[in-house]
Amino acid sequence: MIRLSLKKTLLGSLGKFVLEIDFTIQENEFIAIYGKSGSGKTTILRMIAGLEKPEEGFITFKDIVYFDSKKKIHLPPQKRNVGFVFQNYALFPNMTVLENLEYAAENHRKNQIEELLELLDLYQLKDRYPNALSGGQQQRVALARALVRNPKILLLDEPLSALDPFTRTRLQEEIRKIHKYYQLTTILVSHDKPEVFKLSDRVLILEDGKICNVGKPQEVFLNRRTSGKYSFIGTIIDIKTVDVIQIITIETKGEIIEVVSSENNFSVGEQVLVSSKAFSPMIIKI
Amino acid sequence: MEKIFSNVDFTSFFLSLKLAFFTTILLLFISIPISYFLAYAKFRFKAFLEAFISLPLVLPPTVLGFYLLIFLSKNGILGSLWERLFGNPLIFRFEGILIASVVFSLPFMVHPLTAGFRSVNKSLIEASYTLGKSKLTTLFKIIIPNIKYSFITGIVLTFIHTVGEFGVVLMVGGSIEGETKVISISIYDAVESLDYTTAHVYSGILLIFSFLILLFVYLPNK
Repeated sequence: MIRLSLKKTLLGSLGKFVLEIDFTIQENEFIAIYGKSGSGKTTILRMIAGLEKPEEGFITFKDIVYFDSKKKIHLPPQKRNVGFVFQNYALFPNMTVLENLEYAAENHRKNQIEELLELLDLYQLKDRYPNALSGGQQQRVALARALVRNPKILLLDEPLSALDPFTRTRLQEEIRKIHKYYQLTTILVSHDKPEVFKLSDRVLILEDGKICNVGKPQEVFLNRRTSGKYSFIGTIIDIKTVDVIQIITIETKGEIIEVVSSENNFSVGEQVLVSSKAFSPMIIKI
Repeated sequence: MEKIFSNVDFTSFFLSLKLAFFTTILLLFISIPISYFLAYAKFRFKAFLEAFISLPLVLPPTVLGFYLLIFLSKNGILGSLWERLFGNPLIFRFEGILIASVVFSLPFMVHPLTAGFRSVNKSLIEASYTLGKSKLTTLFKIIIPNIKYSFITGIVLTFIHTVGEFGVVLMVGGSIEGETKVISISIYDAVESLDYTTAHVYSGILLIFSFLILLFVYLPNK
């Protein structure tokens, strides 16, 4: 169980704001922190990892105190045993895939490397240097490297934002698999609703440094406006007006579908939820 | 042919190389902590330290040499300490010009290294920390191997700058054969005594040597 109560003044694009959060994460839970860029999501992860120091508050993991401003405790990142996957992967360019993992491993964990190479399908790539890998492959190495030390907490900072939809979907499945297999407590920072929807047990919506909503992704994102029998999230790529109705083309995971709507307040690029009511599909803004 | 080389003595050339070699080695060790500190630490008087280190770039070598002469002389702080410890003076000695060269070439090593340290992606360093590695391990296993080129630049610039040194060495070391008479001083001496042939030989060697070293730096950069 991770308990957090943090306060820190951040400098956003619209000036200073205070990041102030207070929440508890259960063991083996998959939590997503969702919010616009600059809302303080990444800072939360960095504070848990020890890369940034909160002004006030505490962070505890089980009975270990990571940070406590009152007791003046601030464990350095080296002592927190947290797996951190950076947005830009942060693979060491001077080392091969295998060397990246070996660098991370303590001596007694060498067999863990073999297991991770197999699990993440990296065995053939083990002697390559990071710059000879695709984005998805680099991401898998970063994930494997974060896991070598057997952390109990896995922190993912927008890990899939730079990948194409196909690779993204595949990696989402792998992240979910790893989360279960290693019984991790995972915190994912993302601004991608479908991703949060797919992966997390609970989502925490962050706005201007404050938590404005917490709950299961279905509850938080769908607001219980639909039956939930069948629904998916997509992006509007085209809108054609025909008489009084609109034919809206929606892209979802590489598939393209057309939906008819009588409302005309949609715009291209918007994310929408497509679900069915009675028999015909309907789309709702999210 | 024999006539051309009649007054040529390679002692001063080797002395220059020896001076440059030791200066570079010493500066490498001194500059790693200084540059690391300048690149990553935040402190109030950083600008003062940076300005101080860069002074040799702008000061006339005679000014620097003059202060070093005072500092290294028998009555100077370092000179007197050295004499008490080792029993010999620093002025007009190889050790003296070595210390002077280290001071004089300091920015040529510190600047490329600091720029290199600053260029390392911060997340690489942070990734290393989250993987349980200390600052020292991170420095030697991650940071330094990724800025090899900055190190090569620093080493070459320092080396070549020391080989080409004149004013400071003359002020502190004078012109003692085999001890402080480096190649640039030999050229000066040759011209002074109107021995242009020898001056030509020394200058030519130095010109080709410097060019080849710089070429070695720029070639892989293509």
